[in-house]
Amino acid sequence: MGRITLEGVAKRFGDVEVIPPLNLDIEDGEFVVFVGPSGCGKSTLLRLIAGLEDVSDGRILIDGKDATDESPAKRGLAMVFQSYALYPHMSVRKNIAFPMKMAGMDQAEQDRRIEAAAKALNLTNYLDRKPGQLSGGQRQRVAIGRAIVREPSAFLFDEPLSNLDAALRVGMRLEISELHNRLKTTMIYVTHDQVEAMTMADKIVVLHAGRIEQVGSPLELYLRPKNAFVAAFIGSPKMNLFTGAAAAEYGATTIGVRPEHIAISPTAGKWQGRVGVSEHLGSDSFFYVEDTGLAETITVRSDGEVNMHHGDTVWLTPTEDKIHKFDANGDRIQ
Amino acid sequence: MARAVSRNTRIGWTIAAWVVALIIFFPILYTIITSLKSEQEAISGFNLIPSFTLQSYETVQSQNNYFRPFMNSVILAVGSTLLALIVAIPAAWAMAFSPTRRTKDILMWMLSTKMMPAVAVLVPIYLIFLRTGLMDTRIGLTVLLMLINLPIVIWMLYTYFREIPGEILEAARMDGATLRDEILYILTPMAVPGIASTMLLNIILAWNEAFWTIQLTTTNAAPLSAFIASFSSPQGLFWAKLSAASTMAIAPILILGWFSQKQLVRGLTFGAVK
Amino acid sequence: MATRQTASLARLMRAPAIILLLIWMAVPLAMTLYYSFLNYNLLNPAGTSWAGWFNYQYFYTDPAFFASIWNTLVLVLGVLFITVVGGIAIAILIDKPIFGQGIVRILVISPFFVMPPVAALIWKNMIMHPSYGVFADIAKFFGAAPVDWFAQYPLFSIILIVAWQWLPFATLILLTSLQSLDGEQMEAAEMDGAPAYSRFLYLVLPHMARAITVVILIQTIFLLGIYAEILVTTNGGPGTASTNLTFLIYRAARLNFDIGGAAAGGIIAVILTNIVAVFLMRAVGKNLD
Repeated sequence: MGRITLEGVAKRFGDVEVIPPLNLDIEDGEFVVFVGPSGCGKSTLLRLIAGLEDVSDGRILIDGKDATDESPAKRGLAMVFQSYALYPHMSVRKNIAFPMKMAGMDQAEQDRRIEAAAKALNLTNYLDRKPGQLSGGQRQRVAIGRAIVREPSAFLFDEPLSNLDAALRVGMRLEISELHNRLKTTMIYVTHDQVEAMTMADKIVVLHAGRIEQVGSPLELYLRPKNAFVAAFIGSPKMNLFTGAAAAEYGATTIGVRPEHIAISPTAGKWQGRVGVSEHLGSDSFFYVEDTGLAETITVRSDGEVNMHHGDTVWLTPTEDKIHKFDANGDRIQ
Repeated sequence: MARAVSRNTRIGWTIAAWVVALIIFFPILYTIITSLKSEQEAISGFNLIPSFTLQSYETVQSQNNYFRPFMNSVILAVGSTLLALIVAIPAAWAMAFSPTRRTKDILMWMLSTKMMPAVAVLVPIYLIFLRTGLMDTRIGLTVLLMLINLPIVIWMLYTYFREIPGEILEAARMDGATLRDEILYILTPMAVPGIASTMLLNIILAWNEAFWTIQLTTTNAAPLSAFIASFSSPQGLFWAKLSAASTMAIAPILILGWFSQKQLVRGLTFGAVK
Repeated sequence: MATRQTASLARLMRAPAIILLLIWMAVPLAMTLYYSFLNYNLLNPAGTSWAGWFNYQYFYTDPAFFASIWNTLVLVLGVLFITVVGGIAIAILIDKPIFGQGIVRILVISPFFVMPPVAALIWKNMIMHPSYGVFADIAKFFGAAPVDWFAQYPLFSIILIVAWQWLPFATLILLTSLQSLDGEQMEAAEMDGAPAYSRFLYLVLPHMARAITVVILIQTIFLLGIYAEILVTTNGGPGTASTNLTFLIYRAARLNFDIGGAAAGGIIAVILTNIVAVFLMRAVGKNLD
């Protein structure tokens, strides 16, 4: 079981309010991603749940029990840290065994779980090495192994992939997703990378300046961002935002069109511009169109076979029903 | 820098460096050589090949009872270091792992006590020792040396402890470790190298201390630094004897010192140069 | 709660060290300050009386006091000059690709581990003795008359000994700093056509500036308190030719039993040291964050 409920949880450091009171429900077995730009309070929120920081206000319930004043150890949660936080003086085996040793588990059961975790994580051949002798990806797996063996009610991940190189990151992302499918345990995952959030999450919590901007499934956030911040944050490349006359035409202060919802044509269309940089990835082509008079550049995503080059004059046409409209406060106009 | 250097250039630099190093080391080398000469040899001109007699070492031991100051040095250096560690480990620990807004000020203030010139407190300390019967006692000097080096010990430990990443302690806490487990299984094994280095440097400093040991001892508690200082007024032929006593006084610390080069930089610059 | 408990435990853990150092700093210093206003001589303790500023006045009118301040200054600056210039040169030399670098390092730092009385006695008797020292042997070899160093150049002789002791310290710290210099930066400068001397002037020296400052400040603190080297070589003489402030105060307290006078001298020493200490603390404090 791993149902976590935050009721009016707030955090202040001295006079600085990093997290204003917020409410959040995390269902059992859910994969929840906290995402937001750096300094948005997502890690602090995770540490409040972990018990590594004391809340200034509010209550944290784990499986319906008030855990606000409980020590981290007693909350039954396991955490994977950004720096992996492996114990450098212990072998991989001892690292993984540590939480079980602390729990006073009998040796046979410890060994059984270590073997199982090592097998699942491809660590069997490394059990007697020290963390210093492992690669980044292997260390990450040890950290996960250390978390798994406790059979916690929820896993907490604090930007676990940010120290890995790009190729490894994609692989580990899949492994963590598979792990979730297999264990069906609640996972809370903090990242600043919206791609990780979109690919892994059942539910995404977008945070900005300590406030929750929107909670929803990846698709919900993509299709119906509640405000301009979420609209700009979710999706890659970023949504194009226009203000002024272009927006007024739709009765909004700001409008947003995703790059994939703009058609590009060499002959005719709604807005005229000139191709600046173009990126041809094969599967897709990205064009950064300048001199439209609407925004500095407009990003357009189109089919990989569309071939246009620097300096070409082009016409852009947004897909009308995919235009997002926001009012003066940045909130979505329905 | 990994750069291609011609062999000749390298040999040139090597010769220059070795010449400089040998000149700097020469007084120590010559003392060791002289300690292996007879008194007659020692004063009969420059000579690098001794007759390898241990006579001077025997004389120093039999005439001056070298063993007593040697033991005093060991007791003072090790004793004051252990005492300092007992006080400093918890303090450095607390400042490294639970820093408050005033931690930096406290550290700076501790450092400032190290800046106090010894002569400034010579009078009161001398009088206190005289009146309380601490004069020429090992215990009095041990406590004094502990106080003198305490700031350096705290600082060094603090810089070492700070290098232990906080996330590891949090990980242990998440893994269900109590404060006791945390100290026993995580922090102590990780802190031991730093504590050992600190200990090493402090033993060196305490061993070589030569102001208070000379002021506050006569015979009973005099360590080697005070004992050797008493050789300043020579009687008769004593070059070889002096060399033997000097060699014995510096040999243990010289060897310890060679092992502590890195820590020396950190300890003596209060972490300002690493 | 967990973290609040830690905070109060931390206070408890800090307390013994803070209290000990507080006592160690405040009590003797207060006593020194008090004594400095007394007419107090251990030979005549019954005649103790309030002296006001007399002890300070006495120091101020004593020619030995100014001689000792001057000697302190010469000693500190002389040693600093030798060790910093020599230290930079030797550090650069050791940093070159040489054979046996480890052993060279060990040889060079060794003098630092020699306790002051031993260092002084070795130099006094083995090296600089007018009839049996190595310098005398060298002079005789060239047919020159040996120099009686401690009689003729007492302060210079002491500077030489102290510089020998501290040269390793300067070298070691400057070497550490030198080794942290970015190799690519030097290579970039070389690619840009900067000759060796301008690489030294514009890259190496600025990089070492901080380490040099630290060396100067820390050495100054220790050099102001030089004592044993003087005691076992010249005993401050001839006359006051090699008496520094520390030695002058030691003499007042221990040889003349003038407690009040020595205390006043101690306070003056505190003031002088603190002027240096302020700068040191700033340099160190900057590195704390």
